[in-house]
Amino acid sequence: MKIYGVSILAGCFLAGHILGDLLGKFFHLSGNLGGVGFAMLFLILMYDYLKKKNLLHEETESGILFWSKMYIPVVVAMSASQNVKAALSGGWVALLVGILATVACYLLIPVFTTISQKNN
Amino acid sequence: MEDLIKLLDKNGLVFAFLLVGAVMSVSYFIAIRFTKNKVPGAAVAITFGLIIAYFGKEKGIASVPAFSGVAILGGSMLRDFSIVSTALGASFTEIKKTGWVGFFCLLVGTVVAFVVGGSIAYIMGYTDAKSMTTIGAGACTFIVGPVTGAAVGASSEVIAISIAIGVIKSVFVTILTPFVAKRLGIDNPQSAMIFGGLVGSTSGVSAGLVATDPKLVPYGALTATFHTAMGCLICPSILYFLVQMIVSH
Repeated sequence: MKIYGVSILAGCFLAGHILGDLLGKFFHLSGNLGGVGFAMLFLILMYDYLKKKNLLHEETESGILFWSKMYIPVVVAMSASQNVKAALSGGWVALLVGILATVACYLLIPVFTTISQKNN
Repeated sequence: MEDLIKLLDKNGLVFAFLLVGAVMSVSYFIAIRFTKNKVPGAAVAITFGLIIAYFGKEKGIASVPAFSGVAILGGSMLRDFSIVSTALGASFTEIKKTGWVGFFCLLVGTVVAFVVGGSIAYIMGYTDAKSMTTIGAGACTFIVGPVTGAAVGASSEVIAISIAIGVIKSVFVTILTPFVAKRLGIDNPQSAMIFGGLVGSTSGVSAGLVATDPKLVPYGALTATFHTAMGCLICPSILYFLVQMIVSH
């Protein structure tokens, strides 16, 4: 049943958020530290485990897949509900960071491909 | 008219489905028809979202009566829920094949983007830890920015900037990749995985690789998905912690 997949996803989501909240309290920082990241890790581990044990029905998987197909629409809705008027003054920051950070990452590609080739 | 607004507000989430679906269809049509997929449909759609938000106030278009449901669909609960689900495409068994280089380039790619973004934010006058962290996180992907911003409690204004950064990155990656792929040695699965891990931005990496060599798309997309997970993990935690320490000194 599809709900099994949605339920697995919900379990990982909540477990990740609880862990993120606990970490936030532990370090005396406001907010949730890496909860979404932990939740993603849990889901990846859970998925690998269930797949290996052959417990993952296609129907179950489609319950998770539905939400992963919904993420761009959800991000569009999120964008549409931000304070863009106030952010417009930061337009230059967005442009500069977007381009410079990307270029910095590109420059690292040859470094890593060389390392990995030497490794093999 | 008043009755209609009341009805739409009462069924806000459902109206948001209709609205976002319409925005998506127009955006993908524009992306395919007018840019020949050179700009990812997702990037066009998110840009549209930001433009629509301009017509509203603090909560973007959701501050306008009848459109309140957009904030439910785009709110933190459904956003995080759907983002977590995208991890399904990533498998540890697959990424293990790139070995420690794969993990290392994920980490370095995230940290480098974060440091460059955070530093520029500081220079441009965003000197508090929350804003620097959120803008730095936006330099990873348009997901990591808002997730981090919400986690550390940044303002909606800064979160909007972080989304814009991610969108610019995704468009830039899409356009740039086919031109520089050969020079950077992106011509086999392994280098495609390294590329995806370093650069992140799943939509940009996928679209860029389609134009380079479609066979490489799954490899680049795989590590790029991990890039988002890595960003969501370390930006609002370790990296935020470090930024706070540096700023308070």
